[in-house]
Amino acid sequence: MAVDYGVLKKGGFMRQKQKNCFSLRLKVVGGHLDAEQLKTIAEVAEEYGGGYVYLTSRQGVEIPFIKLDQIDEVKEKLEEGNCQPGVCGARVRTVTSCQGKAICPSGCIDTYALAKELSERFFAMDLPHKFKFGVTGCQNNCLKAEENDIGVKGGIEVKWIEDKCISCGVCEKICRSKAIATEEGKIVLDEAKCNYCGRCTKACPVDAWENDEGYILSFGGLFGNTIRKGEEIIPIIHSKEKLFKVIDTAVDFFKRYANSGERFSFTVERIGKDKFVSEIKEAYYG
Amino acid sequence: MADIAEIKTDAYVDITNIVCPVTFVKAKVAIEELKVGEVLKVHMNGGEPLQNVPRSMKEEGHRVLKLTENDDGTYDLIVEKGEE
Repeated sequence: MAVDYGVLKKGGFMRQKQKNCFSLRLKVVGGHLDAEQLKTIAEVAEEYGGGYVYLTSRQGVEIPFIKLDQIDEVKEKLEEGNCQPGVCGARVRTVTSCQGKAICPSGCIDTYALAKELSERFFAMDLPHKFKFGVTGCQNNCLKAEENDIGVKGGIEVKWIEDKCISCGVCEKICRSKAIATEEGKIVLDEAKCNYCGRCTKACPVDAWENDEGYILSFGGLFGNTIRKGEEIIPIIHSKEKLFKVIDTAVDFFKRYANSGERFSFTVERIGKDKFVSEIKEAYYG
Repeated sequence: MADIAEIKTDAYVDITNIVCPVTFVKAKVAIEELKVGEVLKVHMNGGEPLQNVPRSMKEEGHRVLKLTENDDGTYDLIVEKGEE
């Protein structure tokens, strides 16, 4: 029987140069694997693969040298150890994320929670071409949001609480955007300069800032044969509901207009950036 | 808020020659040697120490009173020791 490489690729089996050998890509969300999964992966790599794993550039794990005739057995073994195969080809790929505010002192949002939600909603969704989501917790951008078709960057919109402030000056000095000034004993925040990095509120020794977490979206990034930085076209979003409404709109735009094998950025360019921006703005403001 | 010149300090610690997280450790040790209500001056660099030391002092129960910037780009943080 002829081997259907398309089906295998869809199920995370990547054909190797070596005859009848596949590198098996696993499903990973936001770079998290628990100890049980790691044990299973190690066992499968030892028993069925080349005795090692390859860590991909997007937080994935692949087990190379899986033999064609053992694929079903391997799938079963992985299933038992709570590991799912990943995907390749024209669909939504691994949702990546940094550790976010759950672990990192700089993090502004719970990146892993959001990565899981995005993955549940979009992972493996068939689209005209590959489609990548990445979630980074703050302006440090460890997860490189703008290289993804849709990037999410965490931010904190702050508001000064006069009653609590002791005028120590830490926020003004720590702000890298020079958005904070002290005028006649009062803190003045220049909202146009603020990039929502959250350094002021995190450094404040008296909690004199109200925090409103949010998501800064970028669209159309890619980092392969062509390199393009995803663009921010709408202001920071504070509600999950609106976030998903905007993302749904963008994915739907891609689904409706993209040619097969065309990355998101090129679709937007071909159909018209104005049209795309107006659809996204309608989802945001409407 | 009192002007910096009017705040009497009881101790001084220089953390400009060390890096995070030792910066805070050294500052913490210095303030622990004081009595409640006494005031420590922490001499430090901008960037990471400025981001973390004032906040950590608060989290340890001390009271940040003031921050001043020096001509050489370093900072002096004035902290009053809180209750044990």
